[in-house]
Amino acid sequence: MAEGSVQHTALSLLDHLPVLVVLIPFLAAPLVVLIGRNWLAWPLAFMAALGSFIVSVMLLAKVRGGEVLSYHMGGWAPPLGIEYRIDTANAFVLLIVSAIAVVILPYARASVRVELPDRHVPLFYALFLLAFTGLLGVAATGDAFNLFVFLEISSLSTYVLIALGGYRDKRALTAAFNYLIMGTIGATFFIIGIGFLYMATGTLNMADLAARIAELPDNRTIHAGFAFIVVGIGLKVAIYPLHLWLPNAYTYAPSAISAFIAATATKVAVYVLMRFLFSVFQPDFGFVAETLQYIVMPFALLGMFAASFIAIFQNDFKKMLAYSSIAQIGYMLLGISLMSETGLTAAIVHLFNHAITKATLFMVVGAYVLRSGGSFYRSLEGMGKTMPWTSAAAIVGGLSLIGVPGTAGFISKWVLVQAALEQDMWWIALLVVASSLLAVIYVWRGVEVVFMKQPADDVDRRPAPLMMIIPIWIMAGACVYFGLATDVTLGAARDAAQGLMAGPGPLLLGGH
Amino acid sequence: MTEFTLSFIVGHMNYWLFTLLMMTGLYIVVDKGNLVKKIVGLNMFQTAVFMLYISMGKVTGGTAPIFPTDMNIDPEAVYSNPLPHVLILTAIVVGIATTSLGLALIVRIREEYHTIEEALIQKIELEKATREIREFGETMGGPE
Repeated sequence: MAEGSVQHTALSLLDHLPVLVVLIPFLAAPLVVLIGRNWLAWPLAFMAALGSFIVSVMLLAKVRGGEVLSYHMGGWAPPLGIEYRIDTANAFVLLIVSAIAVVILPYARASVRVELPDRHVPLFYALFLLAFTGLLGVAATGDAFNLFVFLEISSLSTYVLIALGGYRDKRALTAAFNYLIMGTIGATFFIIGIGFLYMATGTLNMADLAARIAELPDNRTIHAGFAFIVVGIGLKVAIYPLHLWLPNAYTYAPSAISAFIAATATKVAVYVLMRFLFSVFQPDFGFVAETLQYIVMPFALLGMFAASFIAIFQNDFKKMLAYSSIAQIGYMLLGISLMSETGLTAAIVHLFNHAITKATLFMVVGAYVLRSGGSFYRSLEGMGKTMPWTSAAAIVGGLSLIGVPGTAGFISKWVLVQAALEQDMWWIALLVVASSLLAVIYVWRGVEVVFMKQPADDVDRRPAPLMMIIPIWIMAGACVYFGLATDVTLGAARDAAQGLMAGPGPLLLGGH
Repeated sequence: MTEFTLSFIVGHMNYWLFTLLMMTGLYIVVDKGNLVKKIVGLNMFQTAVFMLYISMGKVTGGTAPIFPTDMNIDPEAVYSNPLPHVLILTAIVVGIATTSLGLALIVRIREEYHTIEEALIQKIELEKATREIREFGETMGGPE
């Protein structure tokens, strides 16, 4: 752009929405530490999360019509400057992440008071906000290297948050350490891949990358970069054989953090995978299609079954949920690997539906842990009698996890089965149903323990605090609501899938 | 098919070294039982990536991409590409954060487990898990 043509129009706050959504929690995090007062930490964190949530609702409303927002960081035009690019797909992910954070923070307040020493409370909220910032940044950015930086911001703070579970069980420390090792290997693979792409194309902007990769479909450097990126992100997604960090990390983290990362962290990584597979690389490249067909799909199917089987044989409710998460990630990957609009819609809508389902269930376990001191089935016996409201929410979450009609989980599986049938892959539809039957078994084990046994005599019979029950029921209510009113989620997911399938679109130089 | 001539091998020296360093680091992470050694391996692994990026920015005959202070810019001058260097500054910061967090976690692990050897930690965890299974174990089916 020539110097004379730059328009110096005053930007209103509305034009800054794409960066505000990330900036609000990012600025609130150090503020929480600097103020350092326990009673102020939570309100600040909550206000920040609420701010991000409102902004992401506004963003989604703006881009639902198919418009793409391009925000130029510091006024530097892409591809040289960092671009934040919001279309329906990432506006939807931003909404998922910020909505989950808003609901989980009130819950966290009640559980953190019990699970962590007082002096760590402001730091806990600061880290929570940083992890939140990182996840939002990954979703909002249109720059591949910026994505890596945000990925590491969220990962590093998540490692610490998981390690905070060490006050309850020391295995949280080794779980955090293993996650650190594997997460760092994943992130490093990712930047090696980005390095290869940069080597071949000389750009880091995703839209620009896509345009230049399209010109070089047979370049071996790009193939190598693609392989590194898929494996690196695969580690963060916890694709079945790369999932080893996940079960212990989810099991031993503080309850609020288990709920938060189970609902958001892997979902954002799945989004990154979709963004790279469909926007940066195009699925009509032979190597992308082959990767999806011969690598992602078999591992997705394997994960659906193997992880479900392992979940059945757990003795610990939380660990069962962790393995079930790995299985559910299989559904999302399966949707992606079908390479059709319906398949992608199924994957995106499952991002949302699984996020609310798992948030419900992990919050329920957190409430149990508060009263029983552990999440083993043995210590949860009879909880249906002592904590009826919490346990009723567990039933709703469990049904949604199985995919019973009338719950959110049904919608995504229904779309997934449709996508499989669309391509005459009836055996995949059968496998989806069969693995849902495995979910019936592991959910039933939990239900049996909670409702069919008598509580022990020495058990704490108080129900969960109201501050926990309300967030749990907001999420459980969402599981039912979005199982019946599918227009919002399914519509947004379909728009997002269309946007992703349409390719990256041109570089937007005229934005802000 | 590319021929493995001497000039091919020497000409791609930075890639050979990158691969060597990266694989050494990865091997240490996987093989060593000592947690500190694992972190050192991870560090080497990340450093290999720094080398990949920095050598990528080198332009043959290029000099450091700094304008002279009197701003008498020689139009003939060739500069190396500064962008990968800047990227790697960020990646180095991330690497330092990861290393320090890893070491801090090791300190906490040592406080709790009194060892930083993976084999011993696993043994302690296995004992703990066995105890838990005995205490909380099978609740599925069967008479009370």
